[in-house]
Amino acid sequence: MSNQSRIFPLGQITDKLRTAPGIPARRFRLRPQITEKIAFFLLFLATLTILLPVAVIVVVIFVRGLPAISWTFLTGAPTMGMREGGIFPAIIGTLYLALGTILCALPLGIFAAIYLTEYARQGALTRWIRLAIFNLAGVPSVVYGLFGLGVFVIFLKFGASILAGSLTLAIMILPVIITASEEALLSVPQSFREASLALGATKWQTIKKIVLPNAIPGILTGTILGISRAAGETAPVLFTVAAFYLPYLPRSIFDQAMALPYHLYVIATQIPNVKMDTKAGTALVLLVLVLAMNLSAIIIRSRFRRRKKW
Amino acid sequence: MVDWTSARENGRDQISREIPPPVPPPLREPVKIHVEHLNFYYGEVQALRDISMEVPTNQVTALIGPSGCGKSTFLRTLNRMNDIIPGSRAEGKVLIDGVDIYEDGIDVTQLRRRVGMVFQKSNPFPFSIFDNIAYGLKIGGIHQRAEIEEIVEQSLKDAALWEEVKDRLHSEALDLSGGQQQRLCIARALAIKPEILLMDEPASALDPISTGKIEELINQLEKQYTIVIVTHNMQQAARISDYTGFFLLGELVEFDRTERIFTTPSDKRTEDYVTGRFG
Repeated sequence: MSNQSRIFPLGQITDKLRTAPGIPARRFRLRPQITEKIAFFLLFLATLTILLPVAVIVVVIFVRGLPAISWTFLTGAPTMGMREGGIFPAIIGTLYLALGTILCALPLGIFAAIYLTEYARQGALTRWIRLAIFNLAGVPSVVYGLFGLGVFVIFLKFGASILAGSLTLAIMILPVIITASEEALLSVPQSFREASLALGATKWQTIKKIVLPNAIPGILTGTILGISRAAGETAPVLFTVAAFYLPYLPRSIFDQAMALPYHLYVIATQIPNVKMDTKAGTALVLLVLVLAMNLSAIIIRSRFRRRKKW
Repeated sequence: MVDWTSARENGRDQISREIPPPVPPPLREPVKIHVEHLNFYYGEVQALRDISMEVPTNQVTALIGPSGCGKSTFLRTLNRMNDIIPGSRAEGKVLIDGVDIYEDGIDVTQLRRRVGMVFQKSNPFPFSIFDNIAYGLKIGGIHQRAEIEEIVEQSLKDAALWEEVKDRLHSEALDLSGGQQQRLCIARALAIKPEILLMDEPASALDPISTGKIEELINQLEKQYTIVIVTHNMQQAARISDYTGFFLLGELVEFDRTERIFTTPSDKRTEDYVTGRFG
């Protein structure tokens, strides 16, 4: 037994198993099949690590927040100094803000993307524009909040309002929308454009009737992902729209509104003795809202992928 | 090693069998497109060098030559499709019915309605068969349903596709076979009633049977349309064209009746190419 293992140490066994002749024998080297398994395992582990925090967050918030969810919680206004009651005004405020943000950002983002991909001569100007977009994407959200406060709330005299908040959030997610729209437009095959132009269509007819309809699913996906990010932001709405507590629902775009993320921040840090259930319940509603948006983006994308044949 | 000698001789055999040896002098047909000293540049790179050529009316003119010789570029100067390539520029004249299409004030969309184009890779829109053909009509200002239906039917008949698709006009064009898609693209181009039809290797991605159908179709269309076709396939050029131009490195080496190009070319380079000595 010990004799045999001396004659065939590990290195020599693997050498014998090598199929390609002429490879110089090297000792103590793992077989490629084994290193591959190790590499796979490490990669899998890294991926699992990404999954873990998501799973923990979702599970903890669901378990602790679910008991708080009730019809009155979802449809009632906060009472008892926000220690009791519901979060309806905050939900409505966040939905209004999301809607307002889409209305401001989507047309602007699509038009900018069309200009950049279809019309602009690629030169110094477009380079600067792209650089600006990249930088816009990297600006911290609190800076957007201060920007919105300075420009929309004070300088343009919108006051703290849904309008000011929507515009601020719109600027924040514009880079996401522009980048997604550009990619969606570029993914429409050049041969469609050529076919349309060769039939005597103008560039604008081609964009309107051929390019844009085929790019819309991609644009929508990007937009929804942008909105879901905007809906969860606290800092930009903090200075531009969010009310600490509002006894009524906003009646116009010049009204203040409550917003879920800010409300969560308030009950978690500014008000003592709020029940854990209420906080977790509020977080759960916000989470579900954002996840639902992301899910709809995924559904749109996969449905489109199944349909498209080019 | 491939035995090029025998392949070449085979090719020559077939060509000489198809084309009768007596070579008539070039006919003086009415000229549709008159190209004068055309130079074309992609940025700094010159793609076409001093091309002069007359394309006869209602005939098939084939453009042959090795890859990258400029024949596709030339084809796309005839309906100004190269305009969409940034940094490209054309010099010289391209007269269609005596009017220079590169003159200021030429409406490119009108030009392209007169000079239709079929591309190498079939490119139907992701619409229904019907809507693919109706698209060109609608952007051209035809909106009456009855008129559109009539033209769609006629175009599909002209493109020899009607019998195959008449029962499913409203199904997806992209579900058609490759050959059918290409004939749909031809029908789409015919629907807007062009005078000239440019074809950029329309059969190069198709199987032999589909290729045969396209070639048959080209011979049919010749009666009504001036056709300019780029092809890699010299047999195809010999089979379907009346005139042939041989391009090499951005120059038009020789332009003559197809029989002459393939039997008694006057330029040594043409002879080398058509006999398969290079390319």
